[in-house]
Amino acid sequence: MEALLALAIGVLGGSAVWLVLRPRTFQVIMGLALLSYAVNLFIFSMGSLLIDRPPIVEPGVPADLLHYTDPMPQALVLTAIVISFATTALFLVVLLASRGLSGTDHVDGTKDRS
Amino acid sequence: MNASVPHLLVVPIVLPLLAAVLLLLLGDRRPRFKSRLNVGATMVGLLVALEILRQVDNGGGSGRIGVYLASNWEAPFGIVLVADRLSALMLVLTSAVSLGAAVYATAAWSRAGIYFNALFQIQLMGLNGAFLTGDLFNLFVFFEVTLAASYGLHLHGSGWARVHSGLHYIAVNLLASSLFLVGLAMLYGVMGTLSMADVAAKLPHVAEADRGLLHAGAALLAVAFLIKAAIWPLNSWLVPAYAAASTPVAALFALMTKLGIYTLLRLWTLLFSADAGPSAHFGESVFVYGGLATMGFGVLGLAASQRLGRIAGFSIIVSSGTLLAAIGMGNASVTSSALFYLLSATLAASALFLLVELVERIATGERLPLLDLGLQPGEDTNLDDDETPLVGRVIPVSLALLGLAYIACVLIVAGLPPLSGFVAKVSLMAALLSPEGIGVSSIPPAPAAWWLFGLLLVSGLLATISLSRAGIRHFWSTAGRFPPGLKISEGAPVLALLVACAWLTARAAPGLRYTRATAEALHSPAGYIDAVLSAQPVPGPTRPIASGEGTP
Repeated sequence: MEALLALAIGVLGGSAVWLVLRPRTFQVIMGLALLSYAVNLFIFSMGSLLIDRPPIVEPGVPADLLHYTDPMPQALVLTAIVISFATTALFLVVLLASRGLSGTDHVDGTKDRS
Repeated sequence: MNASVPHLLVVPIVLPLLAAVLLLLLGDRRPRFKSRLNVGATMVGLLVALEILRQVDNGGGSGRIGVYLASNWEAPFGIVLVADRLSALMLVLTSAVSLGAAVYATAAWSRAGIYFNALFQIQLMGLNGAFLTGDLFNLFVFFEVTLAASYGLHLHGSGWARVHSGLHYIAVNLLASSLFLVGLAMLYGVMGTLSMADVAAKLPHVAEADRGLLHAGAALLAVAFLIKAAIWPLNSWLVPAYAAASTPVAALFALMTKLGIYTLLRLWTLLFSADAGPSAHFGESVFVYGGLATMGFGVLGLAASQRLGRIAGFSIIVSSGTLLAAIGMGNASVTSSALFYLLSATLAASALFLLVELVERIATGERLPLLDLGLQPGEDTNLDDDETPLVGRVIPVSLALLGLAYIACVLIVAGLPPLSGFVAKVSLMAALLSPEGIGVSSIPPAPAAWWLFGLLLVSGLLATISLSRAGIRHFWSTAGRFPPGLKISEGAPVLALLVACAWLTARAAPGLRYTRATAEALHSPAGYIDAVLSAQPVPGPTRPIASGEGTP
């Protein structure tokens, strides 16, 4: 489970960094989106991975981390998802404006030779 | 603090939020009313910030720390707002600068887009919230609020230059936010809490095996803040973005790098103070040498720049570098001088940003920048009417005012006498050479202190050269050809910011006393931690007094 999640985060993060460093705005925004997925998974994993444990206290079960999964990272992830979604959408608008104004999707707005 | 006005601490966040809601509801109707509402809300914010400052400073020696338990949960469980001297100082600075920008915007800029005023207030809310919050995740949220509003504001007025630099600005800041979250998650993984005071209290007891992870998390967080604070080499987004932004927005952006500086100062002194056991002073040399490199970069940029907007941008980088290096010295008297420098540099930088457009109007003879949008310039407020024939050349009042304001800006930015920039630099240099006070024998200053000392002098020299060169080109080579149109609402905020600097000069002794008390409290954070963790919730109908009972 840990290895699988670590691999997933690594693949997402690695692809994201590569894409962000590319010269096309579309690649950059895909990279940023992938990066936010990687980060969200990473936050999630920080609450120690447990299967089949609820995050909400039930009566009769002692309230400690042996019986429950940590609810805090889940709350953080929820907020982080919303924020990264909103900022990515905003970036998309700027990207379109840049495309419209410069006629190219190069990040510097210049047509490259390649 | 809680006695006189119980909810005073939350006002700096709620007030801009309500103003923004109202402004959004108005849509594209009543532009004049919206501008006035924007200025009015900002002005009330300034009064509130001054009142918070007065109350926080009231306690004398150690000062009083105001703690506001949002939603009435005690500190490690609920989100708290904390106002100590540093937060109060930053609130006042934010309100003062934003008031200047808001008044300036009423002249023309606020009508170039429908949502300018609303975004302006949202940005203020984010800034105030980030200065007040005592919780790391809440800090992230307020950072994002600030940034989201700043993306919109930066594009205000549109045009290729803004979209182009905005693309880079947004991409870099989105990356920084991702780093922020990763660092936050690692910190939570190690500490199990995100309340700043609680993290600081538990930090000395972290197991040795986890300390590497803790340091990695803290370092990632620091990188995110250092990007906002424009450390070299992570600052190439800053100058194009600030030079392209519309004038009032650029003046407001002068605060954004200070937000990064504030966060670093707050978290670093809180988490890695001398009490932090094996982690004490973690990352000190990164601040010092990163700050010195930033200064060097900024100084070279100053020397190489021709356009006034870029010069102002590089002066922001220089002041960021100075502050980072000074903070990294980890010494209360240097930090105290650095805080005074921060006040003076921020006020001067935003005045300079406001001046850029007015000064460039001389060269082009443009009366108002937005004529193509069909706006009518008010003809009752032009200042350039009373030209009196002197022997030789006539100097219009607007030109004389602009020239004097420009000279004052140059003096403050370069740190020449007699204005506040000089006081700040001299006290910084004195503190670097003899941290315990002049005349007291102490250990000789470290090599880094000498470097900072030298770079302060060099940056002053090059700022003088660069700004004088730009001044000669804008004022003397074109003087009298086009007396610039200047509205009162454009000239007044510049003058007001400069008068604030002059006031800071005249009241340097109480100012330095305040920053000294701030710095001493920062370097012994036990008072902050105790104040936050011992704050008790207010008893209420749903929450009877239950001191012994833990949370479910």
